[in-house]
Amino acid sequence: MVLKKVGEAQKMLNAKDKVFQNLHGFQEPFIEGALERGSWSNTKEILSKNQNDIIELVKSSQLRGRGGAGFSTGLKWSFMPKDTGKQHYLVVNADESEPGTCKDREIIRNDPHTLVEGCLIASYAIQASKCYIYIRGEYHYEYVQLEKAIEEAYNRGYIGKNACGSGFDFDLYVHRGAGAYICGEETALLESLEGKKGQPRLKPPFPAGVGLYGMPTTINNVESIAVVPTILRRGPDWFKSIGSENNTGTKIFCISGSVNKPCTVEEEMGIPLKELVEKHCHGVEGGWDNLKAIVPGGSSTPMLPKNICESVLMNFDDLKANGSGLGTAGVIVVNKNNDIAEVIERFAHFYKHESCGQCTPCREGTGWMHRMMQRLVRGEISPEQIELLENVTKQVEGHTICALGDAAAWPIQGLIKNFKSELISKYNKKLKAS
Amino acid sequence: MSGNHPGLSNNFSRSGVKFSWSKDNLKSIKNIISKYPKGREQSAVMPLLYLAQEQNHNWISIECIETIAETLSMPKIRVTEVASFYSMYNTRPVGENLVQICRTSPCWLRGSNKITNTICKETKCEINDTSEDNKFTVVEVECLGACSNGPMIQINNDFFEDLDEDSTKKIIDNIKEGKPNIIGSQKGRRSSENA
Repeated sequence: MVLKKVGEAQKMLNAKDKVFQNLHGFQEPFIEGALERGSWSNTKEILSKNQNDIIELVKSSQLRGRGGAGFSTGLKWSFMPKDTGKQHYLVVNADESEPGTCKDREIIRNDPHTLVEGCLIASYAIQASKCYIYIRGEYHYEYVQLEKAIEEAYNRGYIGKNACGSGFDFDLYVHRGAGAYICGEETALLESLEGKKGQPRLKPPFPAGVGLYGMPTTINNVESIAVVPTILRRGPDWFKSIGSENNTGTKIFCISGSVNKPCTVEEEMGIPLKELVEKHCHGVEGGWDNLKAIVPGGSSTPMLPKNICESVLMNFDDLKANGSGLGTAGVIVVNKNNDIAEVIERFAHFYKHESCGQCTPCREGTGWMHRMMQRLVRGEISPEQIELLENVTKQVEGHTICALGDAAAWPIQGLIKNFKSELISKYNKKLKAS
Repeated sequence: MSGNHPGLSNNFSRSGVKFSWSKDNLKSIKNIISKYPKGREQSAVMPLLYLAQEQNHNWISIECIETIAETLSMPKIRVTEVASFYSMYNTRPVGENLVQICRTSPCWLRGSNKITNTICKETKCEINDTSEDNKFTVVEVECLGACSNGPMIQINNDFFEDLDEDSTKKIIDNIKEGKPNIIGSQKGRRSSENA
């Protein structure tokens, strides 16, 4: 199989290659519709494979985690210890809270059986007889949909004792969060599941060794798990035929902000950003030339100025090479009618609000950075103070237990990197006016 | 956001009445605890806080915390810290309709400020206030995860998406008049398809 290289001409994703046939809910979301879409069709056969073989297949598909970090899903599974005699857990992270991201919501409310089946297969592969799905508290309707799908799967014997007649016993539970962004961090999520405040744990030990209730645990994003059944059904080569080397498969993109038609869409990994905005969202409000910047992967990823947006590909490696990241693929478009500094000020407010308070640099830093950002929006900070702000973001970055400190620092760094002269002229204008 | 947001305040108060579980909730509790391993009943604290909040008119009093602590054999302080950490547990009474307006950048870019103004005007509430007739409590919140459908608000459990000033006013009017509202997109979208 010849893999396409980055930069080769891409065409719109073929409808039959979409993993989520009911992403927008025009069909029946529950079991009847799911069966028609091919879910549960040969699960027993998949479960008759050796566990290591399943992990190898997922590895060879080059599926990378869809939750933000982009780590190989198969490789992550292979870190689970084998035959320990301990209870293993799969925990699915459905705490989708990254600003700009609303993809897991569509999977859960419109195609929940892809997730339920994925949970079963992934749990089997990592020898976990129990799985918890941690869903954000605000997604009440989605929680109800998911519970219904799980009940259907139990009633039909797809999960539970002797799941799908495979001899594997499997239980699946849903746990609701209650409005804390930090619980999307995997170890904070485990703390929350254990009935505590969601404050991240130090790593090591990693969850694969010491996770939920001290047992070996794998934590995966909803989208990563929900694509697994289709990968195993159609084969890793099919998945690899979409996208490019190391950035394979399809991906759900959520586009929000200053576009004519904001939407969520499943596309080929590596679709050019400009094409994504022009084709699926009918362009930027006021036209492409009215574009100011795009945040490509959820609020934590640094923004891209217009010249990079012209040609960048929406995959892990190309975005990284351009100083940003794919993150959760929550694309936030900002046009020239909006103050880019205020967009970032609102992110700074978000991180201040969501800091769990455990590490000093983040707890104190997010508040300080937000206050500086408020002044920056008003044009009240001088070029020296802008440098000070940048300097402080670097003192927060990398000095906290989890990545929330980094996530709070990066958007501000991206703003200063790309629009410093504009921020300075804002200050000069204010100075003149007073 | 000021400390007056009912979900973020750390000032717990007593309602003055002992809180005991309803019959239905006692049944649900058994079911909930069975989801977690033996000896790990503490895991049920979040679902039990939800149950208590639902039974207690959408807020958590000190009496609720005492009852949950007793049910799960947990120290009261452990229940209290969970209730104060998570923003969806209201630590003071709120109106019949808790109106949460998303203020984060994706919604703001599409005009969430106008939605906030409309809601404050129509409910006669400032942010973090409860209206005199106790019908509404209005708060601003961080990203609710429906970014492709911004601007959006959540009223109790329901999302209202693709809002503008007119549709927002209509939603508030309907609540005032006891009429049903269409949940989800107010522009006729099924979900977040491009249309």
